[in-house]
Amino acid sequence: MAATKEEIIEGLAEIVNEIAGIPAEDVQEEKSFTDDLDVDSLSMVEVVVAAEERFSVKIPDDDVKNLKTVGDATQYILSHQG
Amino acid sequence: MNATHHAVVVTGIGATTPLGGDSTSTWSNMVAGQSGVSRLEQDWATELPVRIAAQIAVEPTTLIPRPQARKLDRSGQFALVAAREAWADAGFSGRAGEAVVADDGSSPLPLVDPDRLGVAIASGIGGVTTLLDQYDVLREKGARRVSPHTVPMLMPNSPSANVGLEVNARAGVHTPVSACASGSEAIGYGIEMIRTGRADVVVAGGTEAAIHPLPIAAFGNMMAMSKDNDNPQGASRPYDTARNGFVLGEGAGVIVLESAEHAARRGARVYAEAVGQGISADSHHITQPEPSGRGIAHALQNLLDGSDLKPAEIVHVNAHATSTPQGDVAELKALRKVFGDDVDHMAVSATKSMTGHLLGGAGGVESVCTVLALHQRLAPPTINIENLDPEADADVVLDKARALPEGRIAALNNSFGFGGHNIVLAFRTV
Repeated sequence: MAATKEEIIEGLAEIVNEIAGIPAEDVQEEKSFTDDLDVDSLSMVEVVVAAEERFSVKIPDDDVKNLKTVGDATQYILSHQG
Repeated sequence: MNATHHAVVVTGIGATTPLGGDSTSTWSNMVAGQSGVSRLEQDWATELPVRIAAQIAVEPTTLIPRPQARKLDRSGQFALVAAREAWADAGFSGRAGEAVVADDGSSPLPLVDPDRLGVAIASGIGGVTTLLDQYDVLREKGARRVSPHTVPMLMPNSPSANVGLEVNARAGVHTPVSACASGSEAIGYGIEMIRTGRADVVVAGGTEAAIHPLPIAAFGNMMAMSKDNDNPQGASRPYDTARNGFVLGEGAGVIVLESAEHAARRGARVYAEAVGQGISADSHHITQPEPSGRGIAHALQNLLDGSDLKPAEIVHVNAHATSTPQGDVAELKALRKVFGDDVDHMAVSATKSMTGHLLGGAGGVESVCTVLALHQRLAPPTINIENLDPEADADVVLDKARALPEGRIAALNNSFGFGGHNIVLAFRTV
């Protein structure tokens, strides 16, 4: 079953909390992974791999650079999830 | 000595070892003659020929926040814990060159220029558990799941680089690798950075985290390790006639080296002078020590030739002595060869009888212990000697710690590594 937008944000919040230690409630749509959530380029790869697994979606490396905010990632997963 | 060379002193110490989570607890347990060796209770150990090790007393993940800890190999975690202690112990706080606001609201001037701050921390093997764990991930879960942090975690310079980032070191960050001599070679490198004017302060030491089935199986198959699985606390017994190999340990030891002028200018507490180092190579065998101690003697002679150290001042030696049949005695032969009758006033301690052998971490931890031995004027004991090897031609400190004399005294820390690397470091009271 495809995840809803709210479920995706919640899932990303748990992933970011696990990887960067940012409280889940601070992970909101408009937040930038690098500037607000302490996710550097290497940790972003971890976030992407964890999201791929959780939401059964493939996020090619070329698309990762477009995922600047939690909202970008949420939209991407919404439109690509299997 | 060249007049432009700078005198070097030790102004901070830090450690995390099988005997304690910091230098204070490590030292007090060492002086009390405690063993840090225990059985390996992990499932992976059940089929190994060696099932004992000196495991860390305080897990570093209880001290380093998870987001940072998960990007560090275990050897990097140990180094960070020890370096933080040493850095604070030297009177520094925060990153060099960046203003720190104290609890009372005051903002003291930066104590060290980052361009004059260096790091030299090494391990013998590097991030071996990261490498092997990620190989398991690759095989079991596929390439996509291999951590993107793998390379910066496993590279041998990772502990040094991460400590450098933490303290803002810009004069140079180094990792001289020489197996079990690595920690001492790193400290020797740090001494030279200051002596030759490249830096005012260097955070230096050694770290190792290799308690994993593969290194244990490999060392075990070399016949280098004690297989006294039923007697863990008695297994590491340097100079005992029945010694039968080393016990693997883990942890880190780090000291803050500083030019004497810089330390005096900021009113730092000085533990000891770092007098210098002697280096040589055996060129004899890739793993066997040269049995006559020729290479070690060469290193000791180089120490005397390159510094103003006098054999008469040396009252204590923290020996490399890993509890192997050949190596322990070769080291004592070398001391006798170079120092002659002066060996008789040197209290020789083999602290690996308590800490196990920390490989690249050994030189760091044992330098911390050598500096403390001078500062406290107390030589730690060598435990587990039931029958002293008659070939051990030196004054070995047995079961009880022994007071060292008053006045100006010096001590050596010896470290030797597979590959035939010999490093001797000298410290002296100020």
